[in-house]
Amino acid sequence: MRKMLLAALSRVLQGPAAAARPVSRVVVASRNYADFTSEATFDIKKCDLHLLEEGPPVTAVLTREEGLRYYRTMHTIRRMELKSDQLYKQKIIRGFCHLCDGQEACCVGLQAAMKQTDHLITAYRAHGYVHTRGTPVREILAELTGRKGGCAKGKGGSMHMYGPNFYGGNGIVGAQVPLGAGIALACKYFGKDEICLTLYGDGAANQGQIFETYNMAALWKLPCIFICENNRYGMGTSVERAAASTDYYKRGDYIPGIRVDGMDILCVREATKFAAEHCRSGKGPMLMELQTYRYHGHSMSDPGISYRTREEIQEVRSKSDPITLLKDRMVNSNLSSVEELKEIDVEVRKEIEDAAQFATTDPEPPLEDLGNHIYKNEPPFEVRGPSQWIKYKSVC
Amino acid sequence: MAAAAGALRRLVRCGPQQGLGRLLQLRRGIHGTAPAAAQVTVRDALNQALDEELERDETVFLLGEEVAQYDGAYKVSRGLWKKYGDKRIIDTPISEMGFTGIAVGAAMAGLRPICEFMTFNFSMQAIDQVINSAAKTLYMSAGIVPVPVVFRGPNGASAGVGAQHSQCFAAWYGHCPGLKVVSPWSSEDAKGLLKASVRDDNPVVMLENELMYGVPFEMSEEAQSKDFLVPIGKAKIERQGTHVTLVSHSRSVGHCLEAAAVLVKEGVECEVVNLRTIRPMDVESIEASVVKTNHLITVEGGWPQFGVGAEICARIMEGPAFNYLDAPAVRLTGADVPMPYAKILEDNCLPQVKDIIFAVKKILNI
Repeated sequence: MRKMLLAALSRVLQGPAAAARPVSRVVVASRNYADFTSEATFDIKKCDLHLLEEGPPVTAVLTREEGLRYYRTMHTIRRMELKSDQLYKQKIIRGFCHLCDGQEACCVGLQAAMKQTDHLITAYRAHGYVHTRGTPVREILAELTGRKGGCAKGKGGSMHMYGPNFYGGNGIVGAQVPLGAGIALACKYFGKDEICLTLYGDGAANQGQIFETYNMAALWKLPCIFICENNRYGMGTSVERAAASTDYYKRGDYIPGIRVDGMDILCVREATKFAAEHCRSGKGPMLMELQTYRYHGHSMSDPGISYRTREEIQEVRSKSDPITLLKDRMVNSNLSSVEELKEIDVEVRKEIEDAAQFATTDPEPPLEDLGNHIYKNEPPFEVRGPSQWIKYKSVC
Repeated sequence: MAAAAGALRRLVRCGPQQGLGRLLQLRRGIHGTAPAAAQVTVRDALNQALDEELERDETVFLLGEEVAQYDGAYKVSRGLWKKYGDKRIIDTPISEMGFTGIAVGAAMAGLRPICEFMTFNFSMQAIDQVINSAAKTLYMSAGIVPVPVVFRGPNGASAGVGAQHSQCFAAWYGHCPGLKVVSPWSSEDAKGLLKASVRDDNPVVMLENELMYGVPFEMSEEAQSKDFLVPIGKAKIERQGTHVTLVSHSRSVGHCLEAAAVLVKEGVECEVVNLRTIRPMDVESIEASVVKTNHLITVEGGWPQFGVGAEICARIMEGPAFNYLDAPAVRLTGADVPMPYAKILEDNCLPQVKDIIFAVKKILNI
């Protein structure tokens, strides 16, 4: 996997907390992975705490293997979202398309800390999560373009993609939160030490059903981590204009909460490990607020600059981009090199191109599929079309 | 009753004609071969169904307001919390949208919840979870995520409970693809449909009726057995007739039978069809009946516009039975007003036996 590179000049800088030995080379014949360190420790931001004596650790260990994996996945999601933007503008993707570029540290960080047997549910800004939970990019893009090779066979679209232990993709703001608590109830019921991560945005945080859910989750000690992805704007409304209290991590009142730097994947990972441990130990739910940012507007029909300035977007990009943060850390502590990461970029770009190629050439679902998937485990029956003479067979 | 049922229980599916046969036998004062047949109220039949399904399948559980320690607001779940405990019978706070979503999520994750609404009027607060989260998910996911949940509770008018507590939701839920909607009348209906609903892998809305809970019905030995199911999507002919078809669901079925008993003295034989299921509707049974009688009257408690009767009329028009109608189909429905409180007003807001008799005579021109 790692190609041998000829590098004329290479300089390795020692990172602030790196355990790497200082080396500088003038001429290098080739570079292989043995030149990199295997792991490094980084300082991460301390989380604000609510109803907790202690919080997640303030340092995190990142192995080279983990770093490369996180980098690749975040970059894949970034490129996938940008490709979706492109396809939407070409009118190959229709309807709603809510992109999550800028928020990659959230989905990749959560996945890094949870088990595959744990469960996750989120709202409509879900493409990143669909991927981290196990669906290949080509099936996501093919679902966006409405083809039969899509992960929901073209029946769902952007907001309705599902996967192993992943319950969507939900279109009604806030409705996924009680669903998530129900999944957590099933986790507790089955007693298999599984938890459910239930995500919602800063806009959804003001939905009444979320407070109903907090109450029942706390009352019944459901193993549920409530995660508020606060990207500062609910569509065109900033948090200050929508919420009397923007301390989303405290809004669970009697539920302990932590406020996390959602642009730092290590911060997200450590916080999630901490919260997961809390839930698995039977203490009941926890609340995590991930402070993050989306580069795109709310959806593809929102340019995203009428309610925020281009300067603000640019500032986040230059100072807090999650992929850049990880890249700098890895390069500075000799976990990887600029060249190696560039190689990954090239591979990812190709993967996305291939996926887009599939998504634009795969055929649409056959018309016969229109009536399918109404009832499960039912003998075949007929579904009415637009008139009494048009009937579709229904199987599942 | 329990001893008789336990001693002579057979695991036999009760066909649609056997229960009718038993009812007719009882009317004529003849008892057939089954001394184990018993009088069971709708409430007790539901209770039996819940008990049996909870026992049969560990993934089944009940949640709702007052279902556990209070024994159920209408005592339908009496004794179950004592028997099954906190894990299987869960009292919820007054949070319909929240606990309905929790029920749907639990179903998505592999459990088989029974979600009780104290009345279906309160389901309006949670209707987004029933429709958008439960009904549509199998389709949106192209079959990946089934939602085996049952929503049940009393529906429609009660007695003197006022406008906000008297609405019939048969048309509202019957409108939505992805749901199954059942509406029992008798104890046999109640037990068989609830058991079938719990075992169904799809979201089912079961519309009970509070005024029927205390009404006893003869239940055959087969109907009392642990595997007695009433198939969803199949109507039942409660009474054979030749002159006019009366199609109804829930409490109105009883009114149709009462009207038929009066009309028979004047030589009019009514065929009474008990829909049992609103969606998927058994239009074939209605058509077969109309082909035989040439006259159709629908009777329901819900409001007229866009109601169950309206759908039946439209479907009959589209099908072969239209050519057999000797007169336009007639609908009897709730009055097109919110339900008033005063008894004289409330009584006149629902189709009464006299209204059915009047409609039959009008349609037959007698």
